Amino acid sequence: MAARSQDAMASPPRRTGGGVDFSALLSRFDRLGVIVALIVAAGSLALPFVTFKANRIAPGQPLGISEALAFPEGPVFQAVILAGALVALIRLPSSLRLAAGLLLIAALGLMLGVAATGLMPEGSRVARVSPAAGFWLLVFAFALVAADALARMQLGPMTRLGLLALVALGLGLMLWSGLWDDVSILREYANRGAAFRSEAQTHFALAFGSLGAATLIGVPLGILSYRNRALRTGVLNSLNVVQTIPSIALFGLLIAPLSWVAANIPGASALGVSGIGFAPAMLALFGYSLLPIVANTVAGLEATPEPVRQAARGMGMTRRQILTKVELPLALPVIIAGIRIVLVQNIGLATIAALIGGGGFGVFVFQGIGQTAMDLVLLGAVPTVALAMAAAIVLDAVVDLASPGQARPR
Amino acid sequence: MIEIDALTRVYGTTAVVDNVSLTVPRGEICVVVGTSGSGKTTLLRMINRLVEPSSGSVRIGGEDTRGFVAYQLRRRIGYVIQGNGLFPHHTVGQNIATVPSLLNWDKARIRARVDELLTLFQLDPEDYRDRMPRQLSGGQQQRIGVARALAAEPEILLMDEPFGALDPVIRSKAQADLLAIQRRFGTTIMLVTHDMTEAMALGTRIAVMDAGKLLQYAPPAEIISRPATVFVDALIGSGDRPFRMLALQKVRDHVEPGAAAGLPIDEEASLREAYAECLWSGRDAVPVVRDGALVGRITLARLTALAARPQ
Ligand SMILES: Nc1ncnc2c1ncn2[C@@H]1O[C@H](COP(=O)(O)OP(=O)(O)OP(=O)(O)O)[C@@H](O)[C@H]1O
Ligand SMILES: [Mg+2]
Repeated sequence: MAARSQDAMASPPRRTGGGVDFSALLSRFDRLGVIVALIVAAGSLALPFVTFKANRIAPGQPLGISEALAFPEGPVFQAVILAGALVALIRLPSSLRLAAGLLLIAALGLMLGVAATGLMPEGSRVARVSPAAGFWLLVFAFALVAADALARMQLGPMTRLGLLALVALGLGLMLWSGLWDDVSILREYANRGAAFRSEAQTHFALAFGSLGAATLIGVPLGILSYRNRALRTGVLNSLNVVQTIPSIALFGLLIAPLSWVAANIPGASALGVSGIGFAPAMLALFGYSLLPIVANTVAGLEATPEPVRQAARGMGMTRRQILTKVELPLALPVIIAGIRIVLVQNIGLATIAALIGGGGFGVFVFQGIGQTAMDLVLLGAVPTVALAMAAAIVLDAVVDLASPGQARPR
Repeated sequence: MIEIDALTRVYGTTAVVDNVSLTVPRGEICVVVGTSGSGKTTLLRMINRLVEPSSGSVRIGGEDTRGFVAYQLRRRIGYVIQGNGLFPHHTVGQNIATVPSLLNWDKARIRARVDELLTLFQLDPEDYRDRMPRQLSGGQQQRIGVARALAAEPEILLMDEPFGALDPVIRSKAQADLLAIQRRFGTTIMLVTHDMTEAMALGTRIAVMDAGKLLQYAPPAEIISRPATVFVDALIGSGDRPFRMLALQKVRDHVEPGAAAGLPIDEEASLREAYAECLWSGRDAVPVVRDGALVGRITLARLTALAARPQ
């Protein structure tokens, strides 16, 4: 029986009526795995793994895996990718698929470093080895496997946080070991270490500062709007309008009033208020943050089941007690979900702040675009994406931890 | 004691509770019955001022409820809401402790009270105290709802269909528990139900409502034998009347001297059960026992006479 089905796998049947149970055979394959295998095939066979450039703006020379890696790393690596694709293709326990996905991504990172070091001319400071489409596609494919396995495993929030910490640790180790020092993005970083750190600080300040302010003001505003129907309509409608203004336009709209404030209100400019720069960026992000937080606060409070609210009243709770002991705790997961939306949105949006001199990772993105230096763009974009993903995972876990009715260890 | 005087509540132009007056003496159970939408819940909720009356007044223990701060009044009155309304984010223990916590009882006293009530409702405190409501069956949730209402030892208990979602076996168990607790603490209870059998089993008096009006307020036997209106008559169900009559009394009060053959019946059983036993086993009389010892018999002839309309 086992031998029979192995035969069937080795030579796929062409006819369905020929005595081979086609659907049974198909059921051995994972559906997503088929797609992943196709992506892996494209990424490893058809597309370049890295691009080599004699200097950062010279036209690139695309290199496949076999060209980018010497013997024996190249064939070994290709075997590893093949094994990964097989794991993705066949139905296996989710934990195994998760481990395979993460290991393969780590292997891709390792190989990128090895390829960069191998290709770099001795002592060159201007040559660049950048990850190319094939590399990104392979990372995407195995991230898909890992994400799919994660979703199926339905891990608890603490386990998810633990996994995130593990991945962050792995990433940190790779960076610290110097493995990627010859990869283009880190070359750019090496030239801009100080700037990177200060822009990172600005980026954090913009994303988390606007979030903090929006939470401090949005949650109370949401509570007031929940209690006062007229206020609610007014507040939600105006915030909706803010939300529809394109970000660049909003930055532009803020220049005039803020310049006026800086010029006419004593002390304002000393506090850093000006028409361009950090202040309008912060204000715009704050404006975008309010709607999700206010709307989610109102929705969360409104979702309190009516019998629960009536029971609270019937037990003799005051309005304040009903709010603090019943409605807010029950609304908390929804409010945190609003905060999650805002944080992920703001980490992304904060890149645009660079356009009006607000700083942040966007500085590298826009400089890179200006100089047609993709590596510089990536130096801004990769940390932004990583940060947004980490924020989403952390806050999703917090939402779960705050959900009512969970049997929590106390 | 609950004294309701000319109580009316108007929504729009309709009076959903229309000039209702009734008195529930201390330690009695008043069961409110009536079709859906007849105003039972509204009547109940005006007593603890969850709904403010349009006119009329309510006195509890002789004091007009308008003299209280509403939330303080409610802490004195136990309330079991239709559909239990447990707090999903609190444990069973925290749910039961709601009113004692609002009244700032000390921790040890609250804990002792929670465990006492859980034990009273035959739920092991060790097992159930720290569960979340969603980890309970529907019937257990309803029992916790009742325990929560009783927690601060209220003199008055308002119960809105407290046993609605229970199967017949658990339901009669819960009713028996409630009666035992009510006797023990002497609580005055006003209970809303759709179920006529439940009303007969629990009520010292039954209040029949229709379209906001109180049609009749009388002890069960009188409701059965002398229904005030055609509506009350229909609510009881003419086919069930003799059996409802028998269900109201216990064998204990109708034991005759003499012997009978076959399996005995306990004197605490209802006459309805004795009657059913006679019919089912084809006997003219059934022996009656008290604590297992023979005390006499009850006859089919006697039961038949008792099932007839009182003159
Ligand atoms: N807040 C309100 N506003 C307007 N009408 C109401 C309100 N509350 C209740 N009513 C109306 O009052 C009437 C009586 O309602 P109530 O809840 O007292 O009925 P009920 O006898 O408890 O019914 P059920 O057996 O279905 O629980 C219904 O017609 C209902 O629609
Ligand atoms: Mg009702």
